Amino acid sequence: MGIANRHGTAIILFSFVIALMLTVMPLPDWAEEIRPQWVVMVLIYWAMALPQRVNVGTAWIMGLLLDVANDAVLGQHALALAIVVFLTAHLHQRLRVFPQSQQAIVIFVFCVIYNLIVLWIKGITGTAPSVWLIVIPSFTTAIVWPLAFITLRHARRIYRVS
Amino acid sequence: MVLDHRFHAIDTFRSALTIVVDPIRYVVNLPSDVIDWASGSFASHSTLEEENETLKTQNRLLRSKLQKYAELKAENANLKALLKSAEQHEEILERVLVTEILSVDLDPFRRKFVINKGTSHDVYKGQPIIGAQGVIGKVVNVGPLSSTVLVITDASHSLPVQINRNGVRAIAVGVPQNNQLELLHQPNNADIMVDDLLVTSGLGCTFPDGYPVGRVIDIVTNPSLPFAKITVQPTAQLDRDREALLVWPSFGGNKQGDCKGPQEDETGQR
Repeated sequence: MGIANRHGTAIILFSFVIALMLTVMPLPDWAEEIRPQWVVMVLIYWAMALPQRVNVGTAWIMGLLLDVANDAVLGQHALALAIVVFLTAHLHQRLRVFPQSQQAIVIFVFCVIYNLIVLWIKGITGTAPSVWLIVIPSFTTAIVWPLAFITLRHARRIYRVS
Repeated sequence: MVLDHRFHAIDTFRSALTIVVDPIRYVVNLPSDVIDWASGSFASHSTLEEENETLKTQNRLLRSKLQKYAELKAENANLKALLKSAEQHEEILERVLVTEILSVDLDPFRRKFVINKGTSHDVYKGQPIIGAQGVIGKVVNVGPLSSTVLVITDASHSLPVQINRNGVRAIAVGVPQNNQLELLHQPNNADIMVDDLLVTSGLGCTFPDGYPVGRVIDIVTNPSLPFAKITVQPTAQLDRDREALLVWPSFGGNKQGDCKGPQEDETGQR
């Protein structure tokens, strides 16, 4: 697993940029509350497919960028994403063989963990939204997961990202 | 996280990260820019003529009002001279800069937005932002090319205001659920009436005084509660404007005697 074997760093970076763009894209108020968590999804995919490339450090950096993009307290998304990616890396061999519906359920659980950490930090810093508005995005993320999974797998195979 | 939340110790680090995020924001903002541009360039001749006419009328009206204002200013100066008031007359012109609000979403549970001006345009943390109809908010995070603005209706925003009619001072706190404000700690018999205009009081050294904030739309007095519940509708169109004005306040008057220019701290924030 040397550096010579690494392909398609640009594709990974590109997918992260797209995920960040979808995260800050303006939506009407009702859709804003159900916006899937793109960055979480893309990170989980890469951590599952290529755990040697996308690790907790990557998640931390993406989290910091997400904090700045969302104008949140620096580190809240970073911590939550790092924990979710750690779980994914820990379970990646099992996740790979799951059918997509079962993967979606795991994604839902991961998203709830992620949102719970963010909610705790928001609660400590004094701006906690209602708990239900935290579960809804996890649900939409799980629904969108198969689509994101197929797209990213396609991209990974075409560009032979490894 | 504690460093960031409590001490603002890593603001430079944050503004450095903004450089990475800014291109993404500008790209996302492109479609709405294109729509703006297209609706500008493909507008029909008659529409433009009509618009021109209305703007001319508006300009005439504003000019005539300005004449009145000049006269009032002179009169005010005379009266002050007669009273030998210690208060020196200060020019109330403040430096302003038009800024565009980028159409990108932040945290859906906060009332914040991003503007396309940053430290390279002398924007500083805590700077007030106003719209055509009233106060919009203040800058909370500055990057080199963009800044984040906290809107007055965010739950963490408090604004020192006074009633234009009688000068009663109050603190207006944001109620994000319905995009309104609430006046805190006003006794049930406070001299506040529905339809009173609230203006910034200039206390707190963040906002210059005299800018309209909102109108009182509802007062609920419950004798069993210590304070009245006073709801305020902001005059600024907080979710409709695409452009806003950055203000560099000149705290020259006696009222803010102890304010020394731009403040580093966000004084108005709870």
